[in-house]
Amino acid sequence: MIAAFIHRAVMQGIPLLFGSTGEIITEKAGHLNLGIPGIMYVGGISGVIGAFFYEQSLNGAPLNGFLAVMIPLLSSLLGSLLMGLIYSFLTVTLRANQNVTGLALTTFGVGVGNFFGGSLIKLVDTDMPSITLTKTSAFFSKTLPFADELGWFGEVFLSYSFLAYAAIIIALISSYVLKKTRVGLNIRAIGENPATADAAGINVERYKYLSTCIGSMIAGLGGLYYVMDYATGIWSNDGFGDRGWLAIALVIFAVWRPNISIIGSILFGALFIVHNYIENLSMSDQELFKMAPYVVTLIVLIAISMRDKKENQPPASLGISYFREDR
Amino acid sequence: MSNEVKHREPLFHIAKRSSIVWWKAWLVRLGAIVLAFFFSAVLTVLLTGENPLDVFSSLIKGAIGTNRRIWVLFQNTAMLLCVALAVTPAFKMKFWNIGAEGQALIGAMATAACMIKLTGVLPAPLLILAMFVASVVSGAVWAVIPALFKAKWNTNETLFTLMMNYIAIQIVSYFSGEWAVPKGSGKIGIINGDTMEGWLPVIGGKNYLLNILVVAAITVGMYIYLKYSKHGYEIAVVGESQNTARYIGINVKKVIIRTMIISGALCGVAGFLLVAGTDHTVTRDTIAGRGFTAIMVSWLAKFNPLYMVLTSLLIVFMERGAIQISTSCGLNNSFSEIITGIIIFFIIGCEFFLNYQIKFREKEGK
Amino acid sequence: MSGNAAIELKNITKVFGSIVANKDVCLTVNRGEILSILGENGSGKTTLMNMISGIYFPDHGQIFIDGEEVVIRSPKDAFKYKIGMIHQHFKLVDVFSATENIILGLEKKGKYNLKAAAAEVKSISEKYGFEIDPMKKIHEMSVSEKQTVEIIKVLFRGADILILDEPTAVLTPQETQKLFKILRRMRDDGKAIIIITHKLHEVLSLSDRVSVLRKGEYIGTVNTAETDEAQLTEMMVGKKISLNIDRSEPKELEERLVVTGLDCINREGVKVLDNVSFTAYSGELLGIAGIAGSGQRELLEAIAGLQSLNEGSIIYHDPKTGKEENLRNKTPRQIRDLGVRLSFVPEDRLGMGLVGSMDIIDNMMLRSYRKGKSMFLERKAPKDLAMQIIEDLSVVTPGATTPVRQLSGGNVQKVLVGREISSSPTVLMAAYPVRGLDINSSYLIYNLLNEQKEKGAAVIFVGEDLDVLIELCDRILVIGSGSVAGIVDARNTTKEEIGLLMTKSKTSEKEE
Repeated sequence: MIAAFIHRAVMQGIPLLFGSTGEIITEKAGHLNLGIPGIMYVGGISGVIGAFFYEQSLNGAPLNGFLAVMIPLLSSLLGSLLMGLIYSFLTVTLRANQNVTGLALTTFGVGVGNFFGGSLIKLVDTDMPSITLTKTSAFFSKTLPFADELGWFGEVFLSYSFLAYAAIIIALISSYVLKKTRVGLNIRAIGENPATADAAGINVERYKYLSTCIGSMIAGLGGLYYVMDYATGIWSNDGFGDRGWLAIALVIFAVWRPNISIIGSILFGALFIVHNYIENLSMSDQELFKMAPYVVTLIVLIAISMRDKKENQPPASLGISYFREDR
Repeated sequence: MSNEVKHREPLFHIAKRSSIVWWKAWLVRLGAIVLAFFFSAVLTVLLTGENPLDVFSSLIKGAIGTNRRIWVLFQNTAMLLCVALAVTPAFKMKFWNIGAEGQALIGAMATAACMIKLTGVLPAPLLILAMFVASVVSGAVWAVIPALFKAKWNTNETLFTLMMNYIAIQIVSYFSGEWAVPKGSGKIGIINGDTMEGWLPVIGGKNYLLNILVVAAITVGMYIYLKYSKHGYEIAVVGESQNTARYIGINVKKVIIRTMIISGALCGVAGFLLVAGTDHTVTRDTIAGRGFTAIMVSWLAKFNPLYMVLTSLLIVFMERGAIQISTSCGLNNSFSEIITGIIIFFIIGCEFFLNYQIKFREKEGK
Repeated sequence: MSGNAAIELKNITKVFGSIVANKDVCLTVNRGEILSILGENGSGKTTLMNMISGIYFPDHGQIFIDGEEVVIRSPKDAFKYKIGMIHQHFKLVDVFSATENIILGLEKKGKYNLKAAAAEVKSISEKYGFEIDPMKKIHEMSVSEKQTVEIIKVLFRGADILILDEPTAVLTPQETQKLFKILRRMRDDGKAIIIITHKLHEVLSLSDRVSVLRKGEYIGTVNTAETDEAQLTEMMVGKKISLNIDRSEPKELEERLVVTGLDCINREGVKVLDNVSFTAYSGELLGIAGIAGSGQRELLEAIAGLQSLNEGSIIYHDPKTGKEENLRNKTPRQIRDLGVRLSFVPEDRLGMGLVGSMDIIDNMMLRSYRKGKSMFLERKAPKDLAMQIIEDLSVVTPGATTPVRQLSGGNVQKVLVGREISSSPTVLMAAYPVRGLDINSSYLIYNLLNEQKEKGAAVIFVGEDLDVLIELCDRILVIGSGSVAGIVDARNTTKEEIGLLMTKSKTSEKEE
C-alpha cells in the first residue's frame, strides 16, 4: 500500500520535476518564464502529433521501438524549443515585459495544445474516434527489468519509465552544472547581475537564449511524460490541468535548486494524490487536499523572505530586462 | 577594400530612444496589429484550407454578426475590462499582481455563497447589497494578504499572488462539491433559477446592459482616480521610485496596501457581476483566465483606462471571431487562444521599436 | 610617436540622445607609463573609458591597439586585447565569493576548479601585497576589499592595459598610497595604465602624462614633470578660476538645529554614524567635507527623516514660536506636519529628489500635492511655480510639461533646487548640489544657497571640492568614517588642514 502510494506520488511528481528544472534554469539566468504551463502543453501535444503521424503512417503495422520513442521525443523537444525561442526573442532581444510575455505564451501554448488535441483528427481526416496512442505509450511506459519481481523495492524504485529516470538525472545534472561548472557560474552571474556578467565578457544574450530554450525543452518533456506515460497515450483537453503552475510553485519550494526539486516533486505529487488514500473523504474534501501544494509553497515563500538570507533569495535581476547602454 | 571589412563596426547596434512622436508610435502599433492579423490569417488558411475572405467574414460574423453576438461581445469586453481596470493601479505602482484571477474568483464565490445562504433570509434588494459587499470585501482580503507580506518582509508578490489564485480555485472546487445541485454532481448549478432572487435586474430589456454600464462607470472613475486624485499621484510616484516617495513622506507600505485593497475590491466586483449579472452560478472556471488576460490588456494599454477599452475590445473581438471560425470549420474552440496569443506577441514585440532604435552602420564614403 | 603606443584613440565621438558625451577625443597611452585622464565630473571620462572596455560602442572614430585598428564590440573583445577596466561602481556579483567573481567569464581550457583558482588568486595577491580571503562572499566585504577583488580580477586575466575609474574616491589615504605603489610596480612591469580622476595632487604624484577632457572634448596632453596644478586646472576648467563667490558675513545667528550624539548602524551592521554632534545656525552656511561615503548621506537623511537612528537627538528650534522639536525618527511627513520648513536637495536627483518620467509641473507637486482637503489634485499653483522657476533660473526646457528626465543635468538640478527653496525653508540641506554641472550652473546654485543663507535659513552644504567649500561656507564640518573629525572656521582654514582632518579619524580608528 505504501509502496503503491509512493509509486503514484512519483508518477505525479515527474511532470512537475521536469517543469521546475526547466524553470529553474531559466530563472537562474534572470527570466521569470510564466509561459512554462503553455510550454508543457506544447511539449505534450508536439509529442502526440509526432506519434500520431508515425502511427498513422504505419497503417496498423507494428511500431519500430526506436522510432516510436524518438519521433515523439524529438517532436516534443522541437515544439518546446520553438516556444522557448518565441519567449527569448521577445524578452531577450526585444526586451519585452517578461510577465506579460510569459502569460501570453501560456495562453498561446494551452491554446495550441487544446486546439490540436481537439482538431487533429478532423484536420487529417481519419476514422479514429479520438487520439489514443496506446501503442506508442507502451514504449514510453516500459519500466526497468525486475520491477514486478522485487516486491516493494521494485515498485518504489524500478517501476518507472525511462523518462522518469531521465527527469531525475536531468535535475541532478542541472544542479551540478549550475553549481559546479563555469557555464553554471556564468548563468548565475547573469541572473544576479547582468551588467557584471557583461563586463566580465560573458555573452549575456546568448546565455539567456540558451538557458531559456534549454529550460523550455526540459519543461516540455514534462508534458510528453504526462501524456505518454501517465495518461497512457490518451490526450484529453485540459487534462494536464494546472501542473505547469505547480511546477513554478515547486521552483520556490526548492529555493532554486534542482536537486531539492526532486524531493519536492515527489512531495508535491504525494500531496496531490493523498486524498485518494484517505478513507471516507468526500469529493469536496479532496479538493481541499489538492490545495496543499500551493499552501506549502506559500509558506516556503514567506519563510525565505522572512529569513532574508542572501543565498536563498530569488535571482536578484529576476524579471528585469537588460540593456547594456542603459544609463 | 575587401581586407578592411573585418575592421568595420558591427552592422547595426541598438540605442535607446529619448522620445518618439505620438503618431509614429501609433503607426508602429497599428502596423503590429495589421501584421498580427496577416499572420493569423495565413495560419488560419493553412489550417483550414478555407478561402481567406471567408475566414475573414466568419471572424466578423462571429464577433458582431447578430444582435445577440454584439451583446455578448460587449458583455465579455466589459468583464475583461473590469478585471483589467482592477489590476491597473497595482501595476502602475509596479506591484506585479498576477492574482486577479483568484481575487475575482473569490469575489464570485462570496457572491454565490450569499445567494445560496441568504436567499429567503434577506429581502431581495438587501440580498444584492450583501452579495456586493461580500464580493468586494473578499476580493480585497485576497489581494491585501500578499500586499501585507510585501510591505512587511518584501515577499515576492508575483509568486505570492500566483499561488493565491490556485488556493482560490481549490476553495471554489470545495464548495462546488459541498453545495452541489444535484448532490454529487460537483456543480452548483444555476442558483435561484426559478425565483431569480439575487440576480441583477435586466434593464431596458437588455441582458448584460447593467453590467456594461457599471464597468463603463468604473472605467471613467479609474481614469479620474489615477490621473486627478492624490491617491493616483501617490501610486505614480511609488511606481516610479520608492526612494522619491519616501523622500516626500509618502508611506510606501500604506500606499501598497491601500492600492491592493482597491485592486482586489474591483476584482471582487468583477466576480460579483459575473455571478449576479451573467452566470448566476460559480465554477472554478467562472473567471475563465480573464485574470491573466487582463494583465496583458492593461499593459498593452500602457495602464491608461481609456485605451484599455480598445485593447480589451480588440482581444475579445478576436476571441469571439476565432470561436466562430473554429465552429464553422469544425475545429476546436481553443483556436481563439492561439490567435489571442499571436496578437499579443506582436503588440508586445512592437514596443521594442518604440523604446529603442536600431542604428545601422553608416556607409563610409564610397 | 605611436611607436610603442599600447592604445590610441582617434576622433572618438559618442552621443546619448541629445547629450554629446564625447566629441572627437584623441588619446595615446604607451606601455610602461601611467596616463591620467583629468576632467571635472561629467566631462566624459567614464564614457570614454567605457568605449575602450566595450561597454559602449562609439558613434564615430577609431581605436588602435599596438598600431592596429580594432573594433571593440563587447567587453569580451576588450579582454582579447588585454584591456581591463576597474569600474567606479564595482561590477561584482554580491552572492558570489571573491574567487567566483574573479574567474567569472573566463574561458580557460580544462576543468573548472574553484580551489585551484583560489590558490592562484592567493598567489597574485601575495605578489602585489593585497590582503584578501578568496572564499569570502562579496556582500560581506568592505569597499576597499571589493576594489581589491576588482583589481585582481583584471590581473588574473593577464590584462596589460589597465583602466581605473576614480579608484581612490572610496579609499583612505593609506589605502590610496598602497594602491599607488602597486600601480607603479605594474607600470615598471611594462603595463599601460590609465587612471581617471579629478584630484590634481594624485595626478601629479602618480602619473607620467596627463590628458585633459572638458565637457566631452579633448583639450590636450602634458607631461606631468612639466606641469603644475595651475596649468592643469586651467586646462580642466577652461579659464583660470578664482572662485569669486560672494560670501556675506553671517548675521543674527540663532540656533536652528542642534544635533547631539547621533549613532546609526546600517543594515549590514556597519556603524555609519558615530556620535555626531553639531549645531546649525540660521543665517549661516555650514559645509560638510569628507571622503565620499563617510556618512554624509546618512547624516542628511537622518535629519530629513529618512534614516532611523540608534542614538542621539535632532532638536529643531522654531524661529516663530521658539518651540523645540525633536526630529529624530520622525517621518518626513511628520516633520512637515510639525511646521518645520526643512528642504533637502538629495544627491540622487532623479532617483530621489524628482520623478524622471513626470513633467516639471508634477514634480513641483511632490512637495505640495497634499495641500487642501479635496481628494483631487490641484495643478494651478504647481503650474505657476513651474513657470516661475523656469523663468527665474532660466531652465532650458521645451515647456513645463516636459518629463524632467529629458532635461540636461544642470537643468534637472535647477528644477530640484528651485522647488526646494520655493517653500522659503528655515533649514536647507544640499548634498553634492553641483556634481556634474557646468560652471555657470554651479555658480547659480552657489548663489541660490547664499541667498537662502542671507534670508536667514540654516544652510547645510555637502561638497567635494575643498576650494569651493572654503570660499563658500562659513564653517566646515569635517566628517570621517561617520564621526565628526572637526569643525573649522572656513575663513581661517586651509585645504591642508581640512585634508588632514578628513584622514585623521581613519588613522585613529586603525590604531584602536
